[in-house]
Amino acid sequence: MTSLLDVQDLSVVFRTERGALTAVNSVSFDLAAGETLAIVGESGSGKSVTALSLLGLLGEAGRIAGGSIRFDGEDITRPGAGRLREIRGNQIAMIFQEPMSSLNPVLTIGEQVAEPLRLHKGLGRAEAMAAAGDLLERVAIPDARARLADYPHHFSGGMRQRVMIAMALACQPKLIIADEPTTALDVTVQAQILELLKSLTRDLNSAMILITHDLGVVARYADRVAVMYAGRIIESAPARDLFAAPRHPYTIGLMGSTPRLASGPKARLATIPGQPPDLAALPSGCAFAPRCPHARELCLSAPPPVETDAGGRRLACYGHG
Amino acid sequence: MTSASVSPSVDPPDGAMRPRPARPVRDFVVRLVRDKPLGAAGAGVFLIFVVAAVFAGVLAPYGVNETSLYRRLQAPSGDYLFGTDHLGRDMLSRILIGGQLSMTVAVLTSGLATLVSLAIGMTAGYFGGRVDMVTQRFVDAWMIFPDLILLVVVISVLGPGVPQIIVVLGLLYGIGGSRIVRGAVMSIRENTYTRAAQTIGATSLHILWRHILPNIAPVVILLFTSRIGGVILAEAGLSFLGLGVPPPAPTWGGMLSGAGRSYMYVAPWLAIIPGVCLTLVVFSINVFGDALRDLLDPRMRGTR
Repeated sequence: MTSLLDVQDLSVVFRTERGALTAVNSVSFDLAAGETLAIVGESGSGKSVTALSLLGLLGEAGRIAGGSIRFDGEDITRPGAGRLREIRGNQIAMIFQEPMSSLNPVLTIGEQVAEPLRLHKGLGRAEAMAAAGDLLERVAIPDARARLADYPHHFSGGMRQRVMIAMALACQPKLIIADEPTTALDVTVQAQILELLKSLTRDLNSAMILITHDLGVVARYADRVAVMYAGRIIESAPARDLFAAPRHPYTIGLMGSTPRLASGPKARLATIPGQPPDLAALPSGCAFAPRCPHARELCLSAPPPVETDAGGRRLACYGHG
Repeated sequence: MTSASVSPSVDPPDGAMRPRPARPVRDFVVRLVRDKPLGAAGAGVFLIFVVAAVFAGVLAPYGVNETSLYRRLQAPSGDYLFGTDHLGRDMLSRILIGGQLSMTVAVLTSGLATLVSLAIGMTAGYFGGRVDMVTQRFVDAWMIFPDLILLVVVISVLGPGVPQIIVVLGLLYGIGGSRIVRGAVMSIRENTYTRAAQTIGATSLHILWRHILPNIAPVVILLFTSRIGGVILAEAGLSFLGLGVPPPAPTWGGMLSGAGRSYMYVAPWLAIIPGVCLTLVVFSINVFGDALRDLLDPRMRGTR
């Protein structure tokens, strides 16, 4: 299978008052059509920035400093503004974390779901509205057609996230980026939304990048997992392999710090000691070395290279044998 | 209630989407009268003034500049409903014709000012960064000069006249008001839905027009209505300095600050009548603007 998305050595730099910050550092991954990749990591590890850079949405301060992004065979690392607009919403769609503020309060639900169709497919008002009704039905909004004329404040958080999904799927994109799509929702709603997202992407054979810090979500919905730390992907592997045998000490730490019902109420939750590093003052060696229980002298000298094994696992660690 | 989401009985059985109100204007008027009686009253009063201004030429019983020393400073009576001024001119005719002029100037100036504010404020607020820097320094530089000095300079160069007043006052208020628009745009831009609009491939122009403008509409409406009164008063001030609409053309401000003040004690109606007209117009458009702002906000529908 040829890859739909091929990211090689991508680096993103932000201009700040404290100088240039490398938010994403030589990140490489690829994604086949229909595949779901989960990017996990703490806040500030660069997972959202990686996703935004795919859409050229880094804002004023950020820029792609190196590497390449190939989407569907086309280099979209630095596309023109016009080409980028053709891709956005049409071939790559995005779902945000905050359903409460992702919808425009003064436009009706119907108008908003219809918008990508009108922008990209050249549908007229009535056609786009009819299509929006179908879409709302597909995301299981009860009485969908009647609710096209409603405004976002009539909808609950979970319903709004369904609307966002309907918008994202409107043009049947080849890639959907979901940036912590369930973080702001109730636990009971989270599972519904993820199930919906999974089944709809399967129907469309769309690939998905799922950004999350919820390892439970990853285990259930992702085909592959990439773990980010301080702007680098430190380990990536098929989800099954990663959960069965995490190799990087940080991945092991993450899994160890997930609460389990089985361990009982008295058990202390394991944590990773220390704080994530300051991006403006990264250590010269492995960024995780200061917190790593297995750190050796070698780890402090230079960042470990990424090595790929036969099972498709990529690991950036000198090993701790 | 048009936007109710809870009454399944109104949904068409065939599942067709719920139509927009068939008669949106009628629908709007009904809501205005029912939900915002004060705003409706404001709209009514303002409409009366507009009609009077439009048909001033027909309605005026005497010539505007018909003087007669025999009937100067007459109190309101059956012949002269609003009395006469110090030159014996009929006040009713002058109020009507003056209203035409004052309101034209006010509406055009406020309109121009609002457009200027929108153009500058939306560009600066949305694009931010360097664009914002440059435009804001320009606005700063402009605002260093006191309004009156700019007005006096421009009008003494170009000579007094209605178009000059509209352009100068429009630019003055517009550039000042752009700060308010800019602030509003910046707060709207931070919402995820503007970013979401970018991710679906919308152009900046599309985002500004369709996503940002409707959200700053309350600010824009207030900007427009609150300027109306200011313009009428500013024009009065200019007339007082001899830089306004040149006499003998009547304007409310001119009547108030000219004959109205000089003869306040012997002929109070000369000051009271234009004053009351000014107050009514300014107040009515402001309450109407407030009502409009509330009615246009979908979140306010169904709450009262």
